[in-house]
Amino acid sequence: MGITRDEVAHLARLSRMSVTDDELDALAPQLEAILSAVARVAEVAAADIPPTSHAVPLTNVMRPDVARPSLPVAEALAGAPATEDGRFRVPRILDPDE
Amino acid sequence: MTDHPTPSATTSAAATTDVVQLTAAATAAAIAAGELSAVEATQAALDRIAKVDHTIHAFLHVDAEGALAAARSVDERRAAGERLGPLAGVPLALKDVLTARGMPTTCGSRILEGWHAPYDATVVSRLRAADVVLLGKVNMDEFAMGSSTENSAYGPTRNPWDTTRIPGGSSGGSAAAVAAFEAPLAIGTDTGGSIRQPAAVCGLVGVKPTYGGVSRYGLVAFSSSLDQAGPLARTVTDAALLHAAIAGHDPLDSTSVDVPVPAVVEAAGRRDIRGLRVGVVRELAGDGYDPGVQVAFTAAVETLTALGAEVVEVSCPHFTYALPAYYLIAPSECSSNLARFDAMRFGLRIGDDGQAGAEEVMSRTREAGFGPEVKRRIILGTYALSSGYYDAYYGQAQKVRTLISRDFAAAFERVDVLVSPTTPTPAFPLGAKVDDPVAMYLSDLCTIPSNLAGGPAMSLPAGLVDGLPVGIQIMAPPFADDRLYLVGGALEEALDAQRGHALLDEAPAL
Repeated sequence: MGITRDEVAHLARLSRMSVTDDELDALAPQLEAILSAVARVAEVAAADIPPTSHAVPLTNVMRPDVARPSLPVAEALAGAPATEDGRFRVPRILDPDE
Repeated sequence: MTDHPTPSATTSAAATTDVVQLTAAATAAAIAAGELSAVEATQAALDRIAKVDHTIHAFLHVDAEGALAAARSVDERRAAGERLGPLAGVPLALKDVLTARGMPTTCGSRILEGWHAPYDATVVSRLRAADVVLLGKVNMDEFAMGSSTENSAYGPTRNPWDTTRIPGGSSGGSAAAVAAFEAPLAIGTDTGGSIRQPAAVCGLVGVKPTYGGVSRYGLVAFSSSLDQAGPLARTVTDAALLHAAIAGHDPLDSTSVDVPVPAVVEAAGRRDIRGLRVGVVRELAGDGYDPGVQVAFTAAVETLTALGAEVVEVSCPHFTYALPAYYLIAPSECSSNLARFDAMRFGLRIGDDGQAGAEEVMSRTREAGFGPEVKRRIILGTYALSSGYYDAYYGQAQKVRTLISRDFAAAFERVDVLVSPTTPTPAFPLGAKVDDPVAMYLSDLCTIPSNLAGGPAMSLPAGLVDGLPVGIQIMAPPFADDRLYLVGGALEEALDAQRGHALLDEAPAL
């Protein structure tokens, strides 16, 4: 088992994070060290053990479907990087060629 | 970023020192009795911040105006004869991972620099309803990922016991503020030990409540199945008063549990643990533990025996796998939760030149806005959740989580509480572990099991190792938070009596 520099670059792309060559040089050995430390979980015989995703047993929580006041538009947009016509303005989401 | 008030000319230094050294309970009692005004208590805290925070750097934002306005309201209503709550007028430092209207929320990250949340976290609205005075926001490891507060984008916080050392993390600002007498109370959050470890290395009481006991609404998520807000204070009673103020069911958090809040304040005052069964966890000792930590821990356990508790050793064999399981589960949840920082609706946006597409802007913003530890964990979590590795890593870690819960359940059939050291070592020097993530992660060796199983746990000052504080951890079953305060209250009283004063009285003057 191991994690290569190329794999780290791929994972960064999946995570939508640009990374510099210097960062890749630092991250690959660090992730390798972390993974070899956490791989110990494989030592535990747990084939028939159910997984726990949450410490407290939970079922769906419902509330009555009643309209309630919501955040005013101006407040909802106050922290946005860019707005236009009372909406979030975002960069283009399609390629120019598509 | 930092916005510090200047010291007021009207308050004498001696009077200020006295007021800031009062416990929260004593501050509230003096205000209720009319011996001290809430404005005086608040101004004393603001003056102390102005005096020492350039050294400690606990605060990222000081809201002097808002704090004094809240304090004036308390004084006016007291004068009008209104009956006030048990923490009315008491100043508090809020970890910058909880939203509060009128203040920035940065989570210690560049990606949220300058962002103001449009709503209060439930913890914050409950503090306001209890007339607690919010002094401002305190420093933390970025998005609560770290054990030293060195991962803050706004610079590290320093340990008041030795300013060349770390204050713990991720709630390092919360712990340092209370230990430096800048506030009698602070709110922290604890995902793998982030309240208890800073409390231990700063000589404080810190409690991670039962998961689901305190609302997470308005707590910016790192690892949703583990995150929990809780109190830091100088005494067990103060921690209990704060715990009671913030706990309880909240319809705004679907993981909040609708059960009565355990009687923590009453338990803190009982001071009688005769016949209580205490289990020392065999696995939380040995290699990697500082000998001084073991000595202080053993002495605290002997004190429990002297108080009439029945102490036995218990084994929790899967606890040795808690750390690796945590460092798969928490990064996995982190990689999912932090996807919301996409440069579209709030926070930083880099590279939006009218030509670049959304994905490119997103990638450049996350590159610029996240620090190294956050990037490490996002990539690690993405790896652990990816096809081909999911079963071996995340799936297996979730099974280990079940086994750790079973270890706790078996132990709690024999004993009422479990105890261990809170951390393997005292505070280490700033910079000592920043380039070695695996060494840094070992800080949470003893605290992680309670996060994985959901039960409550407290760190209480056990003693000093070479002049640095270390803690004893007390763990209880889910929703038996009152047992922490029962044991903590009795042990604190006995340890204070042994040394003739509170541990924090030995902290060097700042």
